[in-house]
Amino acid sequence: MPDTDNAFQAALSLILGLDPTLLGIVTLSLQVSLAAVLVGALIGLPLGAALALWQFPGRGLVVTLLNAFMGLPPVVAGLLVYLMLSRAGPLGGLGLLFTPTAMVIAQSLLVLPIIAALTRDHVLTLWDEYREQLHSFGVTRLRAMPSLLWDARFALMTVILAGFGRASAEVGAVLIVGGNIDGVTRVMTTAIALETSKGNLALALGLGLVLLGLVALVNGTAYLVGERARRKLG
Amino acid sequence: MNDFCQPATWLPPASPTSEPLLRLAGLGFSHRGQTLLKDIDLTLAPRGRTVILGPNGAGKSLLMRLAHGLLAPTSGQVRWATHDSGRPLRQAMVFQRPVMLRRSALANLSYALAARGVAWRRRRGLAMAALERFGLASLADRPARVLSGGEQQRLALARAWVLEPDVLFLDEPTSALDPASMRAVEDAVHTFHDQGSRIVMTSHDLNQARRLADDIVFLCEGRIIEHTPAKAFFHAPCSQLARDFLSGELLG
Repeated sequence: MPDTDNAFQAALSLILGLDPTLLGIVTLSLQVSLAAVLVGALIGLPLGAALALWQFPGRGLVVTLLNAFMGLPPVVAGLLVYLMLSRAGPLGGLGLLFTPTAMVIAQSLLVLPIIAALTRDHVLTLWDEYREQLHSFGVTRLRAMPSLLWDARFALMTVILAGFGRASAEVGAVLIVGGNIDGVTRVMTTAIALETSKGNLALALGLGLVLLGLVALVNGTAYLVGERARRKLG
Repeated sequence: MNDFCQPATWLPPASPTSEPLLRLAGLGFSHRGQTLLKDIDLTLAPRGRTVILGPNGAGKSLLMRLAHGLLAPTSGQVRWATHDSGRPLRQAMVFQRPVMLRRSALANLSYALAARGVAWRRRRGLAMAALERFGLASLADRPARVLSGGEQQRLALARAWVLEPDVLFLDEPTSALDPASMRAVEDAVHTFHDQGSRIVMTSHDLNQARRLADDIVFLCEGRIIEHTPAKAFFHAPCSQLARDFLSGELLG
């Protein structure tokens, strides 16, 4: 397929030549997904730890919902945020629809359940081990929370990386709430979908390669973090 | 049950008038319909080393957890003496399998100091001093969880040391250790005792109990069978169950 070959060469030259369009799209993608992961971690880490530490009526339901939402289809997340932010929606007055902020909100919704649910698992395992010792120290649950999050730090770093992987790879949510507006809300995944359908394979392939590299980098980092933890902490 | 041959309260002759340190009254613990401890009445004198002896499953560890406050009894009361100022006694516990935080040896001690409320700038010095006392100074920066079993138990003792406990509980602290490490733990128990910590320890090792104990609480099937001075217990126990236990006929 000569077309694809040419597209591949063109894609490489776009990447190596630091094409401004491609660079802009990649930058926005990273900004949106990193912001989403930050929001997801700031809420998800304490939420997951709290669900591990405290018993309250309805906890089982919350945990089940979180686990279910780990598999929330991105288009559904996008639809929910769209309904909230659209002109007629409850938060329509903020005028956030079709802005990067809306994309961050949608991706946070995708990342939060992953971070919270996996954090709960890790903290629960650690708490089972530490409970008596910390209790003996006179440490309250509230004070134990940061200690447990810190001691689970390596596991939680891979959790956060998993969240970043999900955010940066999804199309549906950012497409619906962002609108794929050129230069404003166009990110790697939405651009790939659009450019492919337009037949502009070079840009699509270039972005695809960057995305692939990013995913590989994330997974490689997660692996190294895990190895280091095993070696260092036993 | 004519096995109850002694009043369960025994005070060392040296301090017959002093307030008891700990009083357990009618203490019981049930879990899922099973009675694990029943009618525990026990009074501990302010000083000394008490070893709780008994076959496996007698409820030794459970009794200690109730006394230390890790578990709430299903019946009865745990009453601790306080300092003259009304401040509660400081307690620490060393577990059978040491629980090491996923941090360096030094940070494990600093954490305990922080939990005790010691100011940040004083923690490092106190922690290093304790590591030195227990021969662990060279391991200060090593992750605690990669240390050997014996080193971990010594670190657990050093961690209890920085808490300056009025009462130190030890739950079978040597059951998983080699003879040298066991010796180090027993030496540490003496050190704590010399510094004024009240020692309460469980064991199923008769020789260890002989070496360490001032008084013995003998527990069997969730009841206190006798509480006697160690010498009397090993020389002539007054209950048939204890005699059987000492001669190796009572198996848990």
